[in-house]
Amino acid sequence: MMKRAKPSRRGRSRLRLFIVLAGLLILVSLLAPLLCPNDPNATSAAAMNRPPCAEYPFGTDRYGRCVCSRVLMGARTSIFSAVVLVGVTFAVGTALGMLAGWYGGIVDALVMRLADVMLAFPQMVLAIAVAGILGGGMVNAMLAMGITGWTLYARLARAQVLSLKEEPYVHAARLSGLGGWRVLTGTLLPNMLGPLLVTAATQIGVMMIGIAGLSFLGIGVVEPQAEWGSMINASRAYMQLAPWAVLAPAAATIVTVMVFNCLGDSVRDALDVGVER
Amino acid sequence: MAVGRTIGGRLIHLIWIMFAVSFLTFLLMFLAPGDAAAKKLNAQGVAVSEEVLEQTRVSMGLDRPFLVQYGEWALRALRGDLGASYKDGFPVADKLVRALGRTAVLTLSSLSLALLIALPLSVLSALKRDSVIDDVTRLFSFIGNSLPNFLISVLLMYFLSVRLRVLPLTANESVQGLVMPCLALSIPICGRFIRQFRAAILEELGKPYVSGAILRGVRRRYVLKSVLHNVSIPMLTIVGLSVGTLLGGSVVIETIFRWPGLGKLAMDAISNRDYPVIQGFVLLTSTVYVVINLLIDLCYRWIDPRLNESGGEA
Repeated sequence: MMKRAKPSRRGRSRLRLFIVLAGLLILVSLLAPLLCPNDPNATSAAAMNRPPCAEYPFGTDRYGRCVCSRVLMGARTSIFSAVVLVGVTFAVGTALGMLAGWYGGIVDALVMRLADVMLAFPQMVLAIAVAGILGGGMVNAMLAMGITGWTLYARLARAQVLSLKEEPYVHAARLSGLGGWRVLTGTLLPNMLGPLLVTAATQIGVMMIGIAGLSFLGIGVVEPQAEWGSMINASRAYMQLAPWAVLAPAAATIVTVMVFNCLGDSVRDALDVGVER
Repeated sequence: MAVGRTIGGRLIHLIWIMFAVSFLTFLLMFLAPGDAAAKKLNAQGVAVSEEVLEQTRVSMGLDRPFLVQYGEWALRALRGDLGASYKDGFPVADKLVRALGRTAVLTLSSLSLALLIALPLSVLSALKRDSVIDDVTRLFSFIGNSLPNFLISVLLMYFLSVRLRVLPLTANESVQGLVMPCLALSIPICGRFIRQFRAAILEELGKPYVSGAILRGVRRRYVLKSVLHNVSIPMLTIVGLSVGTLLGGSVVIETIFRWPGLGKLAMDAISNRDYPVIQGFVLLTSTVYVVINLLIDLCYRWIDPRLNESGGEA
């Protein structure tokens, strides 16, 4: 057999490092309004396309708005929307999948056929169509990504319930008089959380890229609300004049996605479950 | 998508899936607020009066029951008639067919490029596990996996077109015009391929028959050959799923580089509120995605004939 890395000390310190980094990013996004050096929405005709200086650390965009402040406020939009979206799809998908696996029959057929159909659409194609027709806005963009997002958790949760259903401790819990709901949440859920959490952790980066992509296309978060994808799109026509207005949100996106992807990887290594996405 | 057990079962599953997909696609139209007749007139820029509105409603069949409307739409779609564009009245199917070729060029070249890089690198990386080559490959794969395709496009444009001026800014017919869109579309997919291929190969290498064969003194070359043969099934699955990513990504890439394919058509339709074109785009791309994955499913039986006897893995 191949050597399989157990959650080593190195693995655990890696996990701790990325939890801290991700926590820092979330903290920055929560405290963004306090950290902004300038008003993110204040335009200034006198300071258009200004290169980075003491007053504007990342320069200004074509309306004279402070790029640094907008990147900070954009962190709020990007990180918040991705984390909330993953949380909601995780909860909905897991609940539906568990119900399908536990009760079987018609519930199972309904939930899983619906999941099959949603998986027949390429995720971004459906998201673009839905967001495009609904017409922009952060909530609509999240809805568009979530329509297919829940299926991952539903399939995983259903498979877990099916494999754990006949375990002696589940029978014991039922024989001791616990109802279906108590067995599901109290006995089964804690035992199947691992792979679900790993999937959720890896999905944060995916959802972040997806929402930024929609905003970049102009059908996600719309101006004047600051979002990295839409900032990159709006500034790319002025790339020759003001490259900082593109490069700053680009760097922010890359760093954030990488931190959350590393977090996902180290959660998987630490829990040692073979979910490969 | 493992539901049907036999080829016939798969086909029945395909029919049911396409029925459901078409129904949801039809429903998309109703997501937009407001009356469909008013939307059509608005897209054409016609002044909306109550009388014209009523006429349009009747001519579009909006006065009939919802399911009848769906039935007629689906029957026409089966015959290849996806309605007329709100914008210019051209048949949607013609527009889609004209754009399909360009998208096929873009997505197929990106897929080939991604496979060309990912296949040798993932094999090398898995065989030389934890070596420098493995580390570098994994780093490349991680970076590729973390970069959104629109970001790669913008960075490529900035460095290659604006700074170095070696490539044209927008895609034209020439091969040079294809370089940046193709790179931008393939880098994230390549990153994911390397990561998943490597994991699949490592899993296969850990199986007892491999160490058995090596201990018996079978040449490593032959062992590797059977490992790669066995691993081709999970690899094909990964490639099949990436088709969805390619089709979604092509919308972004084609919009950025003004590549006149399906994605550009869809984005233009979205900004014009041209709903029949959006529906046609969703229906076509989903059909392509589902059919490709069905074909890949059938390939499994050809790679591993045992799947025919047992009726396939559940």
